[in-house]
This record gives sequence, structure tokens and C-alpha cells, in this order.
Amino acid sequence: MSDLSDLYQEVILDHNRRPRNFHPLADASHTAEGYNPLCGDRLTLYLRIADGIVSDVSFEGAGCAISKASASLMTDAVKGKSLAEAQALFDRFHRMVTTPPGQSVEDLGKLSALAGVREFPVRVKCASLAWHTLKAAFGNERRTSTE
Amino acid sequence: MIEGVGVRAGLDVARIRADFPILARTVHGKPLVYLDNAATTQKPQAVLDAIARYFKETNANVHRGVHELSARATDQYEAARERVRAYFNAASTREIVFTRNATEGINLVAHSFVRPMLREGDEVLVSAMEHHSNIVPWQIVCEGTGARLRVAPIDDAGTLRLDEFERLLGPRTRIAAITHMSNALGTITPAREIVRLARQKNVPVLIDASQAAYHMRVDVQALDCDFLVATGHKLYGPTGIGVLYGKESRLEAMPPFLGGGDMISSVTFEKSTWNVLPYKFEAGTPHIAGAIGLHAALDYIDGIGLTAIAAHERELTAYASDVLRAVPGVRLIGTSPEKSSIVSFVMDGVHPHDIGTIVDQEGVAIRTGHHCAQPVMERFGVPATARASIAMYNTREEIDRLGRALVKVREVFA
Repeated sequence: MSDLSDLYQEVILDHNRRPRNFHPLADASHTAEGYNPLCGDRLTLYLRIADGIVSDVSFEGAGCAISKASASLMTDAVKGKSLAEAQALFDRFHRMVTTPPGQSVEDLGKLSALAGVREFPVRVKCASLAWHTLKAAFGNERRTSTE
Repeated sequence: MIEGVGVRAGLDVARIRADFPILARTVHGKPLVYLDNAATTQKPQAVLDAIARYFKETNANVHRGVHELSARATDQYEAARERVRAYFNAASTREIVFTRNATEGINLVAHSFVRPMLREGDEVLVSAMEHHSNIVPWQIVCEGTGARLRVAPIDDAGTLRLDEFERLLGPRTRIAAITHMSNALGTITPAREIVRLARQKNVPVLIDASQAAYHMRVDVQALDCDFLVATGHKLYGPTGIGVLYGKESRLEAMPPFLGGGDMISSVTFEKSTWNVLPYKFEAGTPHIAGAIGLHAALDYIDGIGLTAIAAHERELTAYASDVLRAVPGVRLIGTSPEKSSIVSFVMDGVHPHDIGTIVDQEGVAIRTGHHCAQPVMERFGVPATARASIAMYNTREEIDRLGRALVKVREVFA
């Protein structure tokens, strides 16, 4: 039977209470909005990408503990990474949360706290929202106004 | 059959529960507490039996064959229509159109009644607590005609501002489409007064009785509404069957909504002519088993008695409100003095979606989210709520289980 403490691990509760990098980024070069119509979770992701490196990342929004903690953990995880590394992390995270429960998954450090969503299939989308938004943001360069 | 239950002494809830097989099951190892009735109600054995019996003994298409089974299926389908007529006290079965659900009924009225007369500057009037199904169809017909949607506001308790509704009824209002009971707040609207005010301005009225119809007596002649919609699966019946009531004079004057078989009287490649009411609005093979299941469901409800059901649910709603208020950090959304059966709430520091997952682990099914009523969420400044919704078979013990589950939510998020 699925256990609530698998889902609401201390790391997740902590990042929900005190989300990291939770603010707009004035000089963001890339941005995207993520929205989960099922539960109304909404987040805006800001990235500053220079020379193929995610030099800074932040987010804003409102959502459930899982989506908020996932976004917070993600910003910590991708900061300083190259685009290729961040993309690879997306793939590894996606594999982790979509592997059927009971099967072993790769250890992704703090991100592994979210492996518990596998026991709660309807919550997988909450954990993935930030990551899908990240992917969208990579292709969504913010136009800088020259006026 | 249930007899002698629901008289003055109140409901024999234990006996009612025994009629609903699903209520005996467990979820996550715990007895199911089903408090998502506003989304759909559970089905009594009588409904399940009626549907199975139809498929086992009668199954055939309606209004088509001369053979015995087709005639029997037609009889049962039309008997269901008569049952629906009686339930809503319509004057004639010609006024009862079977649809898939309430949404389809509203779309039918929007496209066949309202759209043909819409001109630029015309208005469609709804309330601020409508379900998306009573907003979006009107937006679709307004778009492209230059008509606009007007919205009668609600107050902070979630009560319709009747004075504002009256003020918004204007010479350009082509229809007022108002819920009889809010699915997000539980507010019961004064539908009769709404119709009376609209009549004074010659504005036709559609009442969305999706929520109200299984909690209280809804009498279309007493309301004097032009149209009313309801859905079978909230009336303890199956999904996929809904009801549109329309005054005969209105339906008679309307063009068909969907074209196809059954809704025609003759077809040539040059021209087709329409069948009589209500068949003009029932294109294609209908949900025969659904109608038959709905018949059994309405028999079941009336066997218990709506008066007793309403009294039980009101009492339980008040109890649930007290139990939820006693949980630290819980705030109720929707506190109209005229409400029943629905308790929407938020909890400080905990998103409704997390509430839903944790109480589900305790076997308690509630709805979390925007309840297909995003404008209501916006009105109250919340992204979503958790909602416990009550039906005739719910008990105080179940409300207590919800209360204890919410204490557990607090513990997880302490």
C-alpha cells in the first residue's frame, strides 16, 4: 500500500514551506508559464542563460506542495548546469517519476524525494509541471525590448 | 423497493446504504467515505438491475422496428420519459427531451433558441456562480454575433445579488441562464423569484438544476421557467443521460439542434421535415438503457422521499460545517444562509490538492480543484477549494471520518 510519508517527505515539506529561488528574475533571458488545469497549479519560470549555461533560475506561482517543492528543487538542481546537462536531467527525472512503483530508480540526490509520487499516479503531473515548464522555457527566448 | 422509509422520523440511512453496493467497499484498506456526490452520486441496486435487465431481456432499437423487442424497448424508453415528466411536473412528455447530460441541454438551447435571435448588442445574463457548462455555451453563441455575456454578482457569502440580477435584466437580454444550486458553494438560488423578475422584462429563463434536482423538489410549472436542464448521473442514475425541459411553445418554435435519424418525419435530398416534439431534438439512437436506468433512479428517490432527503442533507451539511470549522486553519467558502449539501473549504498553508490526496488515503473521497467554476474561485480569491458534498446515504460518522482525516492533514503539514 502506498504510504503518505513516501509522498510528503521532509525535503518536500521543507521546500513547500520555504521554496528556494522563489522570485521573479528581472534580467531573465528565457521564461515560460506552466499550468495544470486539473488542479489549477500555475508557475512562471525564469532563466538566465549565457554561453549555454543556466546561470540563474527562479520561479513564481501557486500550487500544491508537490508542484511547488518540485519547482524549488528543480531550480536548485539546474542552476549552473549547461543546457545539455539540464536537458539530460529532465530525461532522468521524467524516467524516475514514470517508472512503475516497486522498480528501482536512479538516485538523483535531493530530487529523489519526488520518487514517491509514483505511488500516487494522479500526482505525477504535479511533480512534472516545473520540468515541462523548463523544457518550454529553453525554447522560449524572451525578446528584449530595444525601445 | 424501499417503502416506509423517510417518513417523519427521518431517513433510515442504514437501510438506504444497504441499497448501494459500492458503499460496502474499502479504499486504501479503509471503508469508503464517499463525499464527492456533487460530481456524481452512487447508484442503488435498483438502477443497476434495471439496466442489466434491459440488456438481458429487451435490448433493441427504439421507434424503428415492428418486432416485439423494439416495441418493448420503445415502451420502456417512453415510460422513462413519462417518469421524468412526473418528477419535474412538466405538463407534457412533449416537453421532455433526453440529452447526454445537462451540458448538452444548455448547448441545445444556446444554439437552437438563443443563437438565431442574437444581434449585436444583445445580452445573455448568467450569475457569478455558474458551472462552466452554463458559461461556455453562451460565450460560444455570443462570439460572432456581437452579443455579450453579463454576470449577476454574488455577495461574500455566495448568495446571488437579486437586486443586481434585476438591474441587469434589460431590453436586450435574450435569456437569463441561472443555476438553482451552486456546485462549488452549495448556494440555493430563489429560482421562482428569478423567473418572476425575468418575466416582468419578458426575458426567457433557463434553470440549471443539475445540483438541485437530487436534493430538493424541482417543479417546472411552479417555477414557470422556459427551460430547465438536469443530468441523470447526479440523480443516482447512469452517466450519459440528461434531461432538457422546455415549454412546448418554445420547443415548437425552435429549429432542431442535431440532425439525423429519429428526428425527421421525412427525408429527401431536396428537403427534410422534422419530427414532432420531443423527437425533433433527439437525433440518432438515444441512450435507451440510460433512460431506463434513470427511470429506476427517480423511482428510488421518490420511494425515499425528497422532503426527508432534503431534511437529512441539510442537517448533515450543518453538522459538516461545524466539524470543518473546528479544524484549525479551515475556512469555509460559501456560507449563504440558503445552502445545502456542499461544503467547500480551504486550509491555511495547505493546497486543496494535498488535502485531497491525504484524506483519500483515509478512504475519504472529496473533490479538490476549481469544480469547473473558475470564476467562483476568482470571486473568493482562491485558486481551488476542497469540497465535501453530501447525498442521502451519508452519515455523521462519515463526516467525523472527514474531520479526523483533516486533522491528519494538519499533522503532515505541521
